[in-house]
Amino acid sequence: MRIVWGFLSGLVFGLGLVISGMANPAKVLNFLDLAGTWDPSLAFVMGGATLTAFVGYRLVWRRKAPVLEQSFDIPKTTAIDRPLLTGAALFGIGWGIGGFCPGPAWTALPLLAPGTLVFLPAMLAGLWLGARIKAGGHLQGKGATS
Amino acid sequence: MEIGIETAFTPWASLLGGVLIGLSAVMVMGLFGRIAGIAGITQGAAGLPGTARDRDWRWAFLAGLIAAPLVVMALGGTVSQTVPDGLGGMAVAGLLVGVGTALGSGCTSGHGVCGLARLSGRSLAAVATFMAAGFATVFVLRHVLGGL
Repeated sequence: MRIVWGFLSGLVFGLGLVISGMANPAKVLNFLDLAGTWDPSLAFVMGGATLTAFVGYRLVWRRKAPVLEQSFDIPKTTAIDRPLLTGAALFGIGWGIGGFCPGPAWTALPLLAPGTLVFLPAMLAGLWLGARIKAGGHLQGKGATS
Repeated sequence: MEIGIETAFTPWASLLGGVLIGLSAVMVMGLFGRIAGIAGITQGAAGLPGTARDRDWRWAFLAGLIAAPLVVMALGGTVSQTVPDGLGGMAVAGLLVGVGTALGSGCTSGHGVCGLARLSGRSLAAVATFMAAGFATVFVLRHVLGGL
């Protein structure tokens, strides 16, 4: 059941990316190009997704536990620290160069564009590297509590 | 990096697609009790340090993501896509997206959709930062360095 529901959840997410146009880097890059060929579509994607999740989360959290797990596992960190902001800035720069964030990079894979086939392995290498940097405690600044 | 080609503004399709993405986030929370952040799901699937061990559904989720455009095409739909073809740039971009989302503990879905839906201040700070960095990067590449 976990596999089936995991697959269906991913499929719904991927269909959302395709239908919304966010699996197309040109559309994402145009959202980021305020001074040029601006396409505001991404704001509608974020709006629709966030509102749906806002309402849906509150319905789901009425349960004592999720259907297929023992408990809800929700991030408890609230610190706005150096790793968060450094990471987000690096991510934003990469997003602005390639027009891909992690979800669309996976969804674009079967279309086999050369840019995708370079981006995705580089992203996986980056995730591995970033996890190592984080585990090693570099870039912690004044510590995780700051 | 090439100058942008026009893309059509698609408010209704984008809103509908957004609702599906939100629905998926609700499914992941209701079924597995987790945040549907694709960077985190990818790390968890790979069993990277500091991430969760429940790898089974994460692999299935990624398979679902990959299957989506194939399902659309099998149903007779088209998936239009223009991917930047500067391969050096795409390698740098991929590396930055990977390192950045790992360090910053989230991406457009984890901090964006799920974090904002939880009203997390930390996620709002991350979204403001990666949006600003994205806007600045495209401005510099297209309008300062001048594209071609």
